[in-house]
Amino acid sequence: MEQLTPEQFKRYSRQIMLMEFGLDGQTRLHNAHAVIFGLGGLGSPVSVYLTAAGVGRLTLVDFDTVDESNLQRQIVHRESSVGQPKVESAKTTLQALNRWTRIDTFNGVPDEDTLDNLISGADVVLDCTDNFDARFAINAACARARVPLVSAAAIRWEGQLSVFDFTDPDCPCYQCLYKDASMEGMTCAHSGVMSPVVGMMGSMQALEAIKLLAGLPTLKGKLLLVDGLTMQFRTLTLPKDPACPVCHPD
Amino acid sequence: MAIKILYFASLREQLGTSEETLDIEAGLRVQDLLQQLCARGDAWQLALCDNPHLQVAVNQAVAGMDTVLNDGDEVAFFPPVTGG
Repeated sequence: MEQLTPEQFKRYSRQIMLMEFGLDGQTRLHNAHAVIFGLGGLGSPVSVYLTAAGVGRLTLVDFDTVDESNLQRQIVHRESSVGQPKVESAKTTLQALNRWTRIDTFNGVPDEDTLDNLISGADVVLDCTDNFDARFAINAACARARVPLVSAAAIRWEGQLSVFDFTDPDCPCYQCLYKDASMEGMTCAHSGVMSPVVGMMGSMQALEAIKLLAGLPTLKGKLLLVDGLTMQFRTLTLPKDPACPVCHPD
Repeated sequence: MAIKILYFASLREQLGTSEETLDIEAGLRVQDLLQQLCARGDAWQLALCDNPHLQVAVNQAVAGMDTVLNDGDEVAFFPPVTGG
């Protein structure tokens, strides 16, 4: 693993001084590759925190362009980037934040082969997309590649968060939770969403990814439900579905 | 036998209640309980039975609709979330 320079040590000192994380955790982050699907409400805080915290390499994946109505909550984008591809707009912001993070981009909707290529060799995948089709496809690709998946979702005042660790055969996956691959979801464009709710969920998603990369315990096997209207947080156990078509043992 | 039922997040807003205790017959499954609840009226039908992706947890563990309920169980209904 590549070691930190004295300059980098100074930059990340407030994390390195955390005894559970330390220089070892920071060095792991520095050498890690995270793939972020969706640079919207969740992908904004996820990409900003992973970059600021010192993840060495990010791949950003999105097909969309920045719209004026995104700016209310998608804080990685700027007024000046309306009309630009989201991955390019995000890359500009992130590069201004940390020159040591390598940022790769894919502007489009990846097919199955492209998905496999994008996550090949990655240490963690972050699902920040807004629809079931993408979520099931990303879950299946992570299962094939045995790459851990940190999955968050948010709508209205509420959110959900879990970690699906495909390196652990006992861990459930996204399709143990949502079973019907033909489901239609609700989007923020139709149902609305309160701006800091995606911020909360995305920040916690980034935190889970950092802990996973550092070898610390995560929400693996659990589902966190967040209600931003009442500020109630509940953690449920998520059992593995023995009949799951994606992660059941062969 | 008695069970406790919780309604999370937007379900609570739709139904105007966050929890209740209900006497049910032994051997009832979650899906049978849902049919009972939805017979209460349009708001219940709309929030619970017309929501094909409704999620449920029994005793703080995500569960299937065919789960058989026991005395003292806590059943929590929560909506699916896919946005991002």
